[in-house]
Amino acid sequence: MSSVKHPMPEQPAHERRRNFSEVELGYDEATAQAEAARCLQCKTAPCRQGCPVEINIPAFIKHIREGSYLEAIEEIKTKNNLPAVCGRVCPQEDQCEKLCVLAKKGQPVGIGRLERFAADFARNRPPRKTAPPSDEPAGKVAVIGGGPAGLTVAGDLARLGYKVTIFEALHAPGGVLMYGIPEFRLPKDIVRTEIEELKQMGVDIVVNAIIGKTFTIDELLQEEGYDAVFIGTGAGLPHFMDIPGENLNGVYSANEFLTRVNLMKAYRFPQSGTPVHIGRRVAVVGAGNVAMDAARTSLRLGADTVYIVYRRSEEEMPARQEELEHAKEEGVEFRLLTNPVGILGNEQGWVKGLECIRMELGEPDASGRRKPVPVPNSNFILDVDTVIMAIGQGPNPLVQQTTPGLAVDKRGNIIADESGKTSKEGVFAGGDIVTGAATVILAMGAGKKAAASIHEYIQNKRKRDRN
Amino acid sequence: MYIIKEKRELSQGVKLFVMDAPLIAKKCRPGQFVILRIDEDGERIPLTIADFDRKAGTITLIFQEVGNTTRQLGMLNVGDSLLDLAGPLGTATEIEKFGTVICVGGGIGVAPLYPIARAYKEAGNTVISIIGARNSALLILEQEMAAVSDELIITTDDGSKGRKGLVIDPLQEILVQKTVDRVMAIGPVIMMKSVAKVTRPHNVHTLVSLNPIMVDGTGMCGGCRVSVGNKNKFACVDGPEFDAHLVDFDGLMARQRMYHDYERGSKRCGGDCACHQ
Ligand SMILES: Cc1cc2nc3c(=O)[nH]c(=O)nc-3n(C[C@H](O)[C@H](O)[C@H](O)COP(=O)(O)OP(=O)(O)OC[C@H]3O[C@@H](n4cnc5c(N)ncnc54)[C@H](O)[C@@H]3O)c2cc1C
Ligand code: SF4
Ligand code: FES
Repeated sequence: MSSVKHPMPEQPAHERRRNFSEVELGYDEATAQAEAARCLQCKTAPCRQGCPVEINIPAFIKHIREGSYLEAIEEIKTKNNLPAVCGRVCPQEDQCEKLCVLAKKGQPVGIGRLERFAADFARNRPPRKTAPPSDEPAGKVAVIGGGPAGLTVAGDLARLGYKVTIFEALHAPGGVLMYGIPEFRLPKDIVRTEIEELKQMGVDIVVNAIIGKTFTIDELLQEEGYDAVFIGTGAGLPHFMDIPGENLNGVYSANEFLTRVNLMKAYRFPQSGTPVHIGRRVAVVGAGNVAMDAARTSLRLGADTVYIVYRRSEEEMPARQEELEHAKEEGVEFRLLTNPVGILGNEQGWVKGLECIRMELGEPDASGRRKPVPVPNSNFILDVDTVIMAIGQGPNPLVQQTTPGLAVDKRGNIIADESGKTSKEGVFAGGDIVTGAATVILAMGAGKKAAASIHEYIQNKRKRDRN
Repeated sequence: MYIIKEKRELSQGVKLFVMDAPLIAKKCRPGQFVILRIDEDGERIPLTIADFDRKAGTITLIFQEVGNTTRQLGMLNVGDSLLDLAGPLGTATEIEKFGTVICVGGGIGVAPLYPIARAYKEAGNTVISIIGARNSALLILEQEMAAVSDELIITTDDGSKGRKGLVIDPLQEILVQKTVDRVMAIGPVIMMKSVAKVTRPHNVHTLVSLNPIMVDGTGMCGGCRVSVGNKNKFACVDGPEFDAHLVDFDGLMARQRMYHDYERGSKRCGGDCACHQ
């Protein structure tokens, strides 16, 4: 048996760097079966411990090996409502695949690729039958934010017979899946289909509803008759560096840049009404997944040269290995151990360069990583006309500011325990709004736990009320 | 879907819509705005709420046809609908009894000014309003403003109505004659900048309502950032009103021009679009 995963078919780098079609093409049936045959069907299934939503991995892989793809997806969906999304964007290398026994000697089973295969196979098939909503719902739950955390809570509670309404501030649900992660990595049709299934389960989605403005949490609980509220508002507030020149034209937060391109489809301008400015030479500051997405998007919009500017070295880069490699293959250039100190502008107020200083690694800092320190007198100017800041996001404060009694930490994240309970009765929270920017699957894991504790909370309350 | 219940042309290229939007009408307060999107391909644009009727569940929007989206908007009629309308967004105007308040409105800026002037008046202030336009045909909401002001002064650049000159001329005179407790100015950036310059030596607390380019309107993109007192603020959540004496108006003007070339080059309005048929 092969000690390596079956490779993922991909669009060649020189072609894909200029189009928005999906980069990874997915396994065909034969490859999926062959990859599934690599799984040893371990009794202990260590892989499962690495999965934040505890998918029964050997069981679904067995179904694939036997060619029962719909059974495979049924198995996955008992735990995960968004398999086509997770199969594409989860960092499996740090989760299930990291713990796979095969990883000790060679490469692990391609669990993520198999999950994606099953989900894609089942897409475009008639959706499985869902229980008709019972006449009397088990309760009424409001979910704030239509990202992975909120969608998961909604799916799990709908399945338990609750009437769930998702309130989403933007015009489309999906959170980062819609506005942040680019089409070439996660086609928006796939997100829409997975959300459509939730609607078929009876979940209501109200878009253009900004909680804290259109409604407050207290109004939802006291006036609108919701038994409980889940807050999954994500980490949507972009950080800037606070360096001179950040307000010049041609400087974007990664959030704005990606929102214009993904949610607003600026790559189809002028058919789509939203423009995006892309210069010839682009510097993306930061080295996480968001930075890689911004850099690869810049290439696809037609930039000649795209730099990743990062103050530490390659070893410390937070992006997934796969994304880093994709970016390199497509021709993104890396300026490591380099930190911006200012953005230079021309007379019309547009970016004409990024002044940087070279860095070297010193002693380890609080995060355990070696702290970058500036090299004196090493300033230089990177010749760019667009700068994209991808240095992180914080929590949007709208809900916190308008919800008395809801405790937050120093960074403004909502404080919630393991089960999603907050300091306020009937109010639960999970995902990036609690943890700070993390991953899709961690947000979903938090959503699952919160759904279970919302169920318990409402049922207990009902019992108490009856007695 | 948000239905257009009423449509009027206030002056050339300036239109008024009464929109069916009960949730927004229930909550909105003077100074707040909405973000709308006409159709699936549309961009998201902010418009300040010019009036609201909580009972009827409607809000009034007034816009000038300046870009692709506002031109497309202007072609819609009663019974048509907008795909998206989100709000109320932004922080509402602080309304209290301050004493004497001057409300300065230029061009289309009179629209968002109107509910604010009315609220100041209802709170017991003496309201002096100064509204201006390039010429009499471009003046809007004159009667409405008169009804909520103790005194209404009109200026036009060409003298075709009221005083010939700029809104800052009468403003300057009043500031010399009277104690003024607050000034609220809404209009073109260049006008707001000169109002700030005129009131600064008099130490009058002056507010302006800014209209930078926005995308989401919820604090998520930072595209609407403006420098206020050398600190970056997001106009959609921290504003849109700011202390006029601290705003970097030049920076705001430069940022507003960011997509000018795109607007002009855009095929949507280069002739092969709905508004040219
Ligand atoms: C560009 C980018 C790339 C990424 N790539 C990956 C990846 O490859 N793999 C991975 O695992 N993770 C990735 N992440 C991280 C991942 O997307 C997030 O961790 C995850 O989406 C968090 O889910 P969430 O449900 O907590 O919040 P979000 O997805 O942020 O959703 C929050 C939702 O709440 C809405 N909302 C906010 N405030 C309000 C309000 N007041 N009222 C109503 N609605 C509101 C927002 O509009 C949004 O739709 C990426 C993130 C970004 C930005
Ligand atoms: S650990 Fe690896 S080999 Fe074992 S069951 Fe899980 S996927 Fe299969
Ligand atoms: S419009 Fe996006 S943050 Fe203000």
